[in-house]
Amino acid sequence: MDLSVTLKGQTRDLVLKNPVLTASGTFGYGLEFVTYGDLSELGGIVVKGLSLHPREGNSSPRIIETTAGMLNAVGLQNDGVESFCLEKLPRLPWHKTSIIANIYAASVDEFAELAARLDQEEGVAALEVNVSCPNVKAGGALFGQDPALASSVTSAVRRAAPHKHIMVKLSPNVTDIALMARSVEDAGADSISCINTLLGMAVDIQTRRPSLANVVGGLSGPAIKPVALRCVWQVARAVKIPVVGLGGILTAEDALEFMLVGAKAVQVGTGNFMRPDCAFALTQTLPAVCERLGIDNLTSFCGSLQLDS
Amino acid sequence: MVSFLLTVRLLCAYNKPMSQPNSCELEVLDLVPFGQTGNESRFFALRLGRPNWNIWCPGQFVMLRPHNFGLDIPWARPLAICHMTARHMICFFQVRGKGTRRMAELRPGDKVRVWGPLGNGFVMEPDTPTLLLAGGMGIVPFVGYVSEHLKPWNVSMLFGHREHISCYPVDSINEHIPVDSLREPENGDLDNFIYTIQERMREYAEQKGLVLACGPSPFLRTVQTFAAELGVRCQISLETRMACGVGACLGCVTKTTTAWPVGEKRERHVQVCTHGPVFWASQVAL
Ligand SMILES: Cc1cc2nc3c(=O)[nH]c(=O)nc-3n(C[C@H](O)[C@H](O)[C@H](O)COP(=O)(O)OP(=O)(O)OC[C@H]3O[C@@H](n4cnc5c(N)ncnc54)[C@H](O)[C@@H]3O)c2cc1C
Ligand SMILES: Cc1cc2nc3c(=O)[nH]c(=O)nc-3n(C[C@H](O)[C@H](O)[C@H](O)COP(=O)(O)O)c2cc1C
Ligand code: FES
Repeated sequence: MDLSVTLKGQTRDLVLKNPVLTASGTFGYGLEFVTYGDLSELGGIVVKGLSLHPREGNSSPRIIETTAGMLNAVGLQNDGVESFCLEKLPRLPWHKTSIIANIYAASVDEFAELAARLDQEEGVAALEVNVSCPNVKAGGALFGQDPALASSVTSAVRRAAPHKHIMVKLSPNVTDIALMARSVEDAGADSISCINTLLGMAVDIQTRRPSLANVVGGLSGPAIKPVALRCVWQVARAVKIPVVGLGGILTAEDALEFMLVGAKAVQVGTGNFMRPDCAFALTQTLPAVCERLGIDNLTSFCGSLQLDS
Repeated sequence: MVSFLLTVRLLCAYNKPMSQPNSCELEVLDLVPFGQTGNESRFFALRLGRPNWNIWCPGQFVMLRPHNFGLDIPWARPLAICHMTARHMICFFQVRGKGTRRMAELRPGDKVRVWGPLGNGFVMEPDTPTLLLAGGMGIVPFVGYVSEHLKPWNVSMLFGHREHISCYPVDSINEHIPVDSLREPENGDLDNFIYTIQERMREYAEQKGLVLACGPSPFLRTVQTFAAELGVRCQISLETRMACGVGACLGCVTKTTTAWPVGEKRERHVQVCTHGPVFWASQVAL
């Protein structure tokens, strides 16, 4: 069965050997997982969120387990874009699988600078723009919660990285995710990935303290799957560009649920923590699960949800 | 003798863990409760089938996720490798919360997802006088340490614990080296224990020996302070909350000191699961 998919963008296409990617922040730089599977078998690897300069992240505790999920407030600790390009990227099998650089910045200009730097890297197939972060230079509103801001980031990145496929990653913490999707599409995004984490909180009634040093954090894992599925469905109906679905995916069956509602590809996130070979196992079992369900063409299966009975 | 040495070398690659960690599914062979009978047991030796890796170092650990965690307990739990034989791997745990409570319900034949061996183990210098300091469950990695050590007569142990001594795997250490154990009083008058730690560490400082410690954070902090004062080489094994065990989630980080590792990397967050769990006491700020 041919599992390859092409995410047809407005400017650049992204060809994936199969629809299974790993989600940013849950798979390190990929190198952490080389002993658990063959990286080149994956459709792609979205690396840990990169910023212009190294970041130390938040203080501990940064993560807490919740029922069927987890909260994180890592605070985007990373070694910075230079270290990624010089030390990590050359060690990744970028000629055999798509390496997608997830980027994070505190202003539109910084986003553009990052994008321009990564545009020079042959090994980077696409940029994934994380708009779930505050616009520090302009009042601190989240880029991803304001259609005008999301749109200006998207067009700035589009201009700065003309050779790359631009995927914009949407936050579910908005009133109308379809509206956000349409504004980044209009601004030139090639594809959309959703969802990022849901804002959540955990407390300890014994110590009367928040469980995370940062008080609030992002919820991920199986607990968020129904919300993610709903978001992907709404976004896929709202835009023409391809959608990549994620949120609580552990198995091939989960992945197919996202494809049924319109996703062309998926990402595995928290599942990589539950077992380090999760994404590899999912990729390997996908053909057999498709066969069992009588799916002989993934492209025509995508978005084939029947609404009238 | 040569073949004996070879086996030991194979099992413990000294300070260079060389086995490639991987993930496999192991069967529970048995779960043996420790401690007095009567009330519900909280201490268990978990014997699992042998994983498909064979080089490991005492102090390394595994992430363990039994099938009975279902979807509601998403994270695996980090446990030290207690002992390894040709046929099985043994972990030893204390019931603390929901995950270990679920682990206490395991039955022979149940399946457990295990990935490892993870992290860096303790240094092993057969000819250096070595003091092992264990607090509570911190005794677990030392079971493997003393059985892998080539010259156990150079090793001694001080063990501080809260529960009855029969709750801990002390016998398997006693087989190789004498254990000096001190039961901490419930109400926290730790002065005597702390004084004993300091005196023993002083002895090893004078002999240019090595001190290795594993246990709860306040205990490690005490050991770290004495190590700095006495100038004795000392390693400590840290326990932090872990989701992945492989360096990806960045949840388990600890802060390094100004002394480590180098240049602009000083006072940085590093993952305990991959850079540790064993650190030189001077490398980390607790
Ligand atoms: C490298 C390493 C080796 C360890 N080896 C052993 C061992 O051999 N035997 C043993 O009994 N215990 C060991 N521990 C501690 C053990 O992992 C915790 O007791 C266990 O995770 C508690 O899980 P729980 O669900 O019962 O507790 P809960 O409090 O319900 O757990 C909630 C979350 O916090 C985490 N957590 C709670 N306490 C600790 C702790 N002390 N350290 C790290 N994470 C914690 C859990 O993993 C879980 O993610 C080790 C910890 C580490 C980091
Ligand atoms: C520990 C952790 C770190 C994350 N870091 C990033 C990040 O750097 N950039 C980003 O866009 N998303 C990040 N995410 C969000 C995930 O990529 C993903 O969108 C989210 O977890 C939902 O998917 P899941 O339920 O499969 O994990 C992170 C998630 C987790 C749990
Ligand atoms: S446990 Fe995930 S980085 Fe250490």
